[in-house]
Amino acid sequence: MLRLENVSYKIEENGKERYILKNVSFEVAKGETIIITGHNGSGKSTLMKVIMGIIPVSSGKIYFNDVDITEMTISDRAKLGIAYAFQTPVRFKGLKVNDLLTTAQKTNSKLMEVCNYLSKVGLCARDYINRELDDSLSGGELKRIEIATTFARGAELNLFDEPEAGIDLWSFDGLISAFNENKDEGGTNIIISHQEKIMGIADRIVVMDNAEVSMIGNATEILPQVKSIRVCAKLKGDE
Amino acid sequence: MGTIEKDLLLAVSDLHQIPSGAFSIRENGKGVQVNSTENIQIIPKGEGNGIDIYIKENTKNESVHIPVIISKSGIEELVYNDFYIGKNSDVLIVAGCGIHNTGDSKSSHDGIHRFHLEEGAKVRYVEKHIGVGSGAEKVMNPVTEIEMGERSELTMETTQLGGVSYSERETFATLEKQAKLVIKEKILTSENQVAKSKFRVELVGKDSSADVVSRSVARDESYQSFFSSVVGRAECFGHVECDAIIMDKAKISATPEILAEDVDSKLVHEAVVGKIAGEQLIKLMTLGLCEKEAEELIIKGFLS
Ligand SMILES: Nc1ncnc2c1ncn2[C@@H]1O[C@H](COP(=O)(O)OP(=O)(O)O)[C@@H](O)[C@H]1O
Ligand SMILES: [Mg+2]
Repeated sequence: MLRLENVSYKIEENGKERYILKNVSFEVAKGETIIITGHNGSGKSTLMKVIMGIIPVSSGKIYFNDVDITEMTISDRAKLGIAYAFQTPVRFKGLKVNDLLTTAQKTNSKLMEVCNYLSKVGLCARDYINRELDDSLSGGELKRIEIATTFARGAELNLFDEPEAGIDLWSFDGLISAFNENKDEGGTNIIISHQEKIMGIADRIVVMDNAEVSMIGNATEILPQVKSIRVCAKLKGDE
Repeated sequence: MGTIEKDLLLAVSDLHQIPSGAFSIRENGKGVQVNSTENIQIIPKGEGNGIDIYIKENTKNESVHIPVIISKSGIEELVYNDFYIGKNSDVLIVAGCGIHNTGDSKSSHDGIHRFHLEEGAKVRYVEKHIGVGSGAEKVMNPVTEIEMGERSELTMETTQLGGVSYSERETFATLEKQAKLVIKEKILTSENQVAKSKFRVELVGKDSSADVVSRSVARDESYQSFFSSVVGRAECFGHVECDAIIMDKAKISATPEILAEDVDSKLVHEAVVGKIAGEQLIKLMTLGLCEKEAEELIIKGFLS
């Protein structure tokens, strides 16, 4: 469904070229859930922004259902069926949770009460639907609303950037069930995460290191390796 | 009343028909209909240039509507409305002015509103200004003078969401002990419109408080200026916030001033002018909106 071919993104830094993404290639099949993990600064968020069209590629190609979307605008990719939950959700003065959910849902063919999406992420809809998306919401609340908004798109492909960040342990299991439910309904997901429980729902895992894909494979193969890398990193004091 | 007039009336006062409570409707420079109730008396001034409104003590849950509409080109008027709001009353006052101008002469409405709130009186004052029609200038210069007695409360919500060519708004308030003033102003200007807004609030009584919040959007080549001065003369709390979105080639000037004349006065001001945040646009585009639609939704929310 999604195919990346030698995707690179480079910037100029102090007169030198620096790759933020270097020759990233992989494919995601329909119904698959892929977890991307790796060190801070390895390029994971940049990769998601490139898929969504927020950052242009320097070279390489991106195909969505065999359509070349490399040059497409963000809105067109959204309409085509890609949804994206930001790592740091955006605040809006004056806009309400309901405004965001209704906007998100506009092109969703499986029309559902917007409140249901809030319940999915463990928020009591009645308390939140009319809240303003401003500083009055905590980071964790905003993050859950961001995830609900993404589900409300009913998109073919969901991108989640560190969905666990800011979510308390208490709600964590709810989040996992929401992802599992989406998987059961045939959803395709790419999730950036460092969390073992979230990695547990992966079909495949992509490990990024220094702008490149360093490992990719079935979760059962990669997960033990990731764990041992992290243990080493901990011993070295990197984490 | 024709359709244009009815539409204006609806836009400025949300009235689909003649209201049930006290009201006074002014059309094209003349008072056309007045209705008093047992508790609220509206008396037209002798010179025909305004009204006196008397609200009896303890009047609760009643409303006064005083819309002004101008649908003829070339009308220029200066109107005085004086409100005397009795002790412990709790009322809603809806004012507003709609100008429809398709002609080639300027139309203007200068309204001087004076509020006298007695002890414990509580008022919600809603004022909407709109201009429509592609003719000559549509000008509104509202002046609001507020005297707030002990423990009185006034919430003033003013909106001017487009179409007014030029406006100069002045609001003065004096607050006695424990009086509480809340002002929420919303302004949208476009094309080459000019909107100026000036506040002066004097917190005279102990434990009085004022909260002035202005949100505005200036687009195209419009100009807005915001000036506010809050003076604290006792143990009091004052907060002024001017939050503006600037777009295109617009200009915005904000001058919040606070003047503390008592060691126990606490006064805060904030002013922010900036364009729409890029990440807000991006978020809405990821929900399928194009840039223009995203912009409109952000502005609509900001001014809601
Ligand atoms: N526009 C940019 N200009 C300069 N550096 C950038 C830019 N975008 C990202 N980076 C850098 O690229 C690297 C990868 O960032 P990011 O994709 O956010 O990493 P991750 O999500 O894996 O933590 C970081 O070192 C970051 O500082
Ligand atoms: Mg990141």
